[in-house]
Amino acid sequence: MAIKTEPFVINVGPQHPSTHGVFRMRLTLDGEVIVDVEPVLGYLHRGIEKLAEGRTYTQNIPFTDRLDYLASMSNNLAYVLAVEKLAGIPVPERAEYLRVIIAELQRIASHLVGVGAFLNDCGAFMTPLLYMFREREKILDLFEMVCGQRLTYNYMRIGGVSHDIPAEFLPALDRFVTTMPGFIDEYDQLLAENEILLARAKGVGILPEELAINISASGPVLRGSGVRWDIRKADPYSVYDRLEFDIPTGSVGDCYDRYWVRIQEMRQSVRIIRQAVEQLPPGEVRTEVPHLLHPPVGEAYGHIEAPKGELGFYLVSDNSIAPYRFHVRAPTLINLTALRDMMIGWKVADAVAIFGSIDICLAEVDR
Amino acid sequence: MAIFNYYPQTLSPDWPGGYWLHWGVFVVIILVFVMAMIMGFIWFERRGLGRFQVRLGPNRAGPFGLLQPVADAIKVLIKEDIIPAKGDKLVHWLAPVVAFVPALMIFAVVPFHDGALLADLNIGILYVVAVSSVGVVGIFMAGWGSNNKYSLIGAMRAVAQMVSYEIPLALSIIGVVLIAGSLSMNSIVEAQSIPFILLQPLGFIIYFLAACAEINRTPFDLLEAESEIVAGFHIEYSGMKFAMFYLVEYCEVLAISAIITTLFLGGWRGPLLPPFLWFLIKVFGVFFLIFWVRSTIPRLRIDQVMAFAWKCLLPLALINLVITGIEVIALPPALLWTVMFLNLAIVVLLALLWSKFFRLGGGRVEV
Repeated sequence: MAIKTEPFVINVGPQHPSTHGVFRMRLTLDGEVIVDVEPVLGYLHRGIEKLAEGRTYTQNIPFTDRLDYLASMSNNLAYVLAVEKLAGIPVPERAEYLRVIIAELQRIASHLVGVGAFLNDCGAFMTPLLYMFREREKILDLFEMVCGQRLTYNYMRIGGVSHDIPAEFLPALDRFVTTMPGFIDEYDQLLAENEILLARAKGVGILPEELAINISASGPVLRGSGVRWDIRKADPYSVYDRLEFDIPTGSVGDCYDRYWVRIQEMRQSVRIIRQAVEQLPPGEVRTEVPHLLHPPVGEAYGHIEAPKGELGFYLVSDNSIAPYRFHVRAPTLINLTALRDMMIGWKVADAVAIFGSIDICLAEVDR
Repeated sequence: MAIFNYYPQTLSPDWPGGYWLHWGVFVVIILVFVMAMIMGFIWFERRGLGRFQVRLGPNRAGPFGLLQPVADAIKVLIKEDIIPAKGDKLVHWLAPVVAFVPALMIFAVVPFHDGALLADLNIGILYVVAVSSVGVVGIFMAGWGSNNKYSLIGAMRAVAQMVSYEIPLALSIIGVVLIAGSLSMNSIVEAQSIPFILLQPLGFIIYFLAACAEINRTPFDLLEAESEIVAGFHIEYSGMKFAMFYLVEYCEVLAISAIITTLFLGGWRGPLLPPFLWFLIKVFGVFFLIFWVRSTIPRLRIDQVMAFAWKCLLPLALINLVITGIEVIALPPALLWTVMFLNLAIVVLLALLWSKFFRLGGGRVEV
């Protein structure tokens, strides 16, 4: 005989330690089991897309820093790619390589936070997160060398990057690149085969391949479901077509696969950085572009494989100094749309783990 | 009441005074000991966790941050005491007390030295099991009286988990009792010519895990799971009442460390150093093990915690009980070392068997 139970609703967020910002979920629970999920977005909406229409193309670069603030460099890159496509501006080869190096460093930094936060959500009391922040600090130090900032970089410029790298950058980068694989192994040793992590993440929050494609998920969320899709290979931008790397994919699409894909991508990023540093040519890092850019009337969509997925900027120009339309294809917002399908039937504890495995940044979701 | 009818025969005749003096002296000793040890534990855990997490830990208040617990206590005392408007005020007020008193009462039977204990009950260990299970009432009262959904979930988890883990906890003690031939804590220590951890390795493991679950330590800290249900049962507590729960947490850890020391590690016995010092060293050693686990591994989910209790710990505890019983009856006491190696072999065998057939993953419920 089943005891009659009554579902009840709890609010997870907007102030909750595991919502990675100000996300809110209305969970309908039957005991501990999630019956329904209603994500509530918009607590961090700042109207960046509209604000950008009132500023010049160059002035908009700092705005992109404030989208996914854990991967500001990637946002810069995606935006300047879109503008360069719109205005037809060439980029010096050295700048292209620098962009790749910086973007891959940013990918490592973002994945470190993503994986660390996921493990923290699983209940590993801060330790993995702090281990990963230790390496992230080194990446931030590198970024500070090239642009003087540690969080919002504003480093990429239309037609190149703002400064060439200082003399001490490459040795420091070399030290980082040689030590990083060892640290990734350390993370693996710490938790990858941990029985509790396997129990909490294996088979939990499965995103089937078909659903992942249908919601146009991207990034580690899509690759975790076993789809071999990476903009760096599918539509190579910058100089990615000259670099060798693999696309790690999961098989089931559960939390563990997403976690595993991120760890493997860090290894691939290290590999890319190594090659890019070897091939780094001398020369200019920036094409001279007019201060007030008047791109021809038209539209352009520039997209990159950001750490969290396909980040795209859609720009429409009316030949004025400001974009007529500025749209961001935020990967995390689109990845979040499968949240309900992934969560239903799991328990409260899984809700935060599944949510953490998507690795979102609310500033990008709400914009 | 067995405590009050008892007159300590174990005291030496030159002890100045009678029963009430003994009682008064030991109540003061226990209170001072518990409070001092809790402060020591808080400092030890925070500094230790800092080291585990590649940071320094508190080091500002006093030398090596030793006065940090004092600073915390002062801060907590001057905090505003908030009572939820729609909560059950009496229950909310009473809960910390109900939780704290049983935790403190355990120390009545913990021997710090040969015969140095408040009451050498002839049913000492039974008393410990009985008293420690009262604490859950306080936790449930806290969860209920707060009128908060998170704390109610935490309280429900607490009841389910604690009631389940009582059984393997009690069963694992019986092995020790069989070998020692007494329920009195002091006699159990006296019976340990070699520490019982060597004779009862399986019992030690089961007791350690079940005790971690009893006192809500990682990986079983579901009822306060900060990443899921924020703080669980004490989410609505502030000021001194919160401090009471904080004290309960450490008081229980101290009690469990002391009991493990007494039952499995030979209590105050040890060469060279004075017995009380041996007792302290062992208590700190056990505590170190407990927060080492806390800083390393993620948290289990509620259904996994329950499955672990019923499908893993309970059968193992029963097997341990049967084996110990056979050994006590069939083998002469002279074969102590044979028994030790036999039991170690059995632990390895059972661990292999269970790790092969006992799996925790999955757990989706169709809704």
